[in-house]
Amino acid sequence: MLHTVNKSPYERANLDSCLRLAQKGSAILLYEDGVYAAVKDADASAKIEGALKDLSVFVLGPDLAARGIEENRLINGVVVVDYGGFVDLVGEHGPTQTWL
Amino acid sequence: MEDQFEDLFDIEGVKKKFMFVNRKAPYGTIYALEVLEAVLISAAFEQHAAIVFVDDGVYQIKKGQDTKAINMKNFSPTFKIIEMEKEDADEDPDMDMVWRIIVEKESMEARGFTPDDFVIDVEVLSSAELGAFMEEQDVILSG
Repeated sequence: MLHTVNKSPYERANLDSCLRLAQKGSAILLYEDGVYAAVKDADASAKIEGALKDLSVFVLGPDLAARGIEENRLINGVVVVDYGGFVDLVGEHGPTQTWL
Repeated sequence: MEDQFEDLFDIEGVKKKFMFVNRKAPYGTIYALEVLEAVLISAAFEQHAAIVFVDDGVYQIKKGQDTKAINMKNFSPTFKIIEMEKEDADEDPDMDMVWRIIVEKESMEARGFTPDDFVIDVEVLSSAELGAFMEEQDVILSG
């Protein structure tokens, strides 16, 4: 299944709740303020680094660009998708849980 | 009645220390834009101002923002106006107005940033330093 997270990991616990429940093999898409969780060398980086062992992690490119987060600042293994890729993820992964 | 209104709008000689505390990321909510507007209004009244970025507020001044694909206005260039206002205040001896632009060190480092990541020059203060400076203010507005 697909989990989506759109809140900053520094302000809300949405990503923590998502990671607590997400099962091996599922996918996570970070978008809007959720994209800040994908930045490497930051206090929250360990969350996504740990998640990548069991889950695939995607991040929405337009939201990264809006926030000035260059792709070379992302944690290795995080995959950038565009809006079409977002739609594909929803189509491919069965049910979606939206961690608003 | 008329006198009352005159009193209300007579701010000649009134000078206060304002602090604006930015704590939210720029596009997920409207807080950042609202505080920015308040800062720009205060500039018109020649008040002292400290523009502070704490917690996710530091994301507001990240370099390289490009919002075309999310159909929102990129307001990060507006912080340059705040920087110009501060420079005017610093350089004009006739202007009794002190502006400071401050980033809390702990918030910046937690997000993996350095001062080079920001669109404007900032002073970096520790939590302890910023907390003490906060106590010196007359008015604090936060968002």
